[in-house]
Amino acid sequence: MADTAVRTDRPRQRSPLPKPGTGTLVRAGVVAVLLLFALFGLPQLLSLYYIDSMTQVAVWSMAALGLGVLVGRVGLVSLGQVAVLSIGAWVAARLLFATAQPYPLVLLEAGLITMLIGTLIGLPALRLRGLYLALITLMLAGAITVVLATANFPNGGHGFFGYNGSLVRIPPIRRPGIAGSDPAYFRYAVVVAAVMFLLVLVHIRSRPGRAWAAIRQSEPAALAAGINTWFYKLWALALASFITGVAGGVLAGADHYLYSIDFPTYYSITLLAVVLMGGAYSLWGAIVAGLLWQLLPSVLQTWGVSADWLTILFGVGVLQVLTTAPAGLADQVPKDLARLGRLLRRLAERGRAGRGGVMAR
Amino acid sequence: MIEVDGLTVRFGGVTSLDGMSVTFESGTCGLIGPNGAGKTTFFNVLSGFVRPAAGTVRAFGEDLLSMVHFRRARWGVRRTFQTEQAIEQLSVFDNVAMIHEHARLGGAGRRRDVLDAIEFVGLDADPSAKVATLAAGQRRLVEVARAVVGRPRLVLLDEPAAGLPETETEHLSEVIRRIPGQAGALTILVDHDMSLVSACCETTAVLDFGKLIASGPTAEVLRDERVVSAYLGTAEVL
Repeated sequence: MADTAVRTDRPRQRSPLPKPGTGTLVRAGVVAVLLLFALFGLPQLLSLYYIDSMTQVAVWSMAALGLGVLVGRVGLVSLGQVAVLSIGAWVAARLLFATAQPYPLVLLEAGLITMLIGTLIGLPALRLRGLYLALITLMLAGAITVVLATANFPNGGHGFFGYNGSLVRIPPIRRPGIAGSDPAYFRYAVVVAAVMFLLVLVHIRSRPGRAWAAIRQSEPAALAAGINTWFYKLWALALASFITGVAGGVLAGADHYLYSIDFPTYYSITLLAVVLMGGAYSLWGAIVAGLLWQLLPSVLQTWGVSADWLTILFGVGVLQVLTTAPAGLADQVPKDLARLGRLLRRLAERGRAGRGGVMAR
Repeated sequence: MIEVDGLTVRFGGVTSLDGMSVTFESGTCGLIGPNGAGKTTFFNVLSGFVRPAAGTVRAFGEDLLSMVHFRRARWGVRRTFQTEQAIEQLSVFDNVAMIHEHARLGGAGRRRDVLDAIEFVGLDADPSAKVATLAAGQRRLVEVARAVVGRPRLVLLDEPAAGLPETETEHLSEVIRRIPGQAGALTILVDHDMSLVSACCETTAVLDFGKLIASGPTAEVLRDERVVSAYLGTAEVL
């Protein structure tokens, strides 16, 4: 009896499984065009000031992507993601000073070591959810900030920490040989970010992504479906830590010099705010978050407006998003644009009809 | 066969199940009682979400309570929820295939098995459609398809007809009646719709304040004075 699966003998009439449709191909085409434009168009169009800003956008988009995996995919609210980023940056800087390994290998190692540390730190927190998880991760971020302020970032010194406070001339953190200039390093950062986005996309479209969707909506339903929720939450935590660690490695090369004051604890809260504004449930949201976090201050600075206004702007933005567009700007803006397009079309049609009426008279 | 012996569940000072002892033999069995009687708590114990303070549950000779909750799906426990829990972000196919994917049922016949389950429940929707786009009745059927896919041994249906119109309830009733025969699973149905329970269940057990007050053939149970007094209010519900 128990070995009997449900069997039906009627001929099947429905289309059985999702196939890549026109929409998917169009989306893939748009992504490819945007990626090519970022790689070859932007460095030609932008000044060095904005190229540096866009490199930071690539870095922080990766950090937002990691946080988006936790918040948007699994429903785990972390307020310690910038501390994880600082761990990745520290590990990469230490490896870059201590060894002559190729840069991609250093990024991979930074990602893996950060993944290990991030997962170990987050392991006990996995028993918690919601406000308590957010509080615990915030406290952990604070602790990491204190440790980094004491240990300092590597500056070419010896020993485990690689820091020498008496150094007169501090060597910069090296970049890959093929990406020494700012435009080349920007391209490098975009390629690394693209690989990270692809990694998350593969996860979302496969078994872990489906398990995360179930866990986010209903943990009891996920358990009833045989999903080991603890394991898949751990998987999400490991993936988010890996991506954020790699982002830290790219940040190390972008900044050349790292200081603990570059990673204040409250940045993790602001990062969550921009992720929610951008859209925690979509990959595009992570890019929007990166643009809000890094490009917007540069633009405001160019206009002579203090970047401090951003704190207020982000506060209002989060309020607006949470009340009117929970899926974020990445979801809302295309809908609003489509609505605007329909409105303009209707107005144009009415105008044409009105002119026709006058001519007939 | 599910043998429940002395099952007791306490939440602080509240005793939700009080020494429940009952046997669910085969086919489709009803479990009824007023709100707060402990029906969903009983399902939660079988699913592994609630650890009982005392008692045993033997399912087809095996100690169900000793199994880790997420492994029970692999063993053959399936359930639906009072508040429908089809995963909105996933397609109909992925919702049903989730059981196969995580209960390690083997991948060779997965596709066929999942589509058969969707067809078995009579779900008139494209398997590739996102659940978020479906109507409430269709989403209920997705949950039921998830409960019958693979090789279920014990199917727990928690108020599957709640909020459904009469025509959809009738369709659901027909699907539930076919589960033991075609899926080969012992089915336990919790519902407040007595016509559904009467139509589907050969036997029924009744809980009141966590205590079992009656069990036996459904028609007899529904005429039982204790059941009428504690729950039905009138013997003419049929």
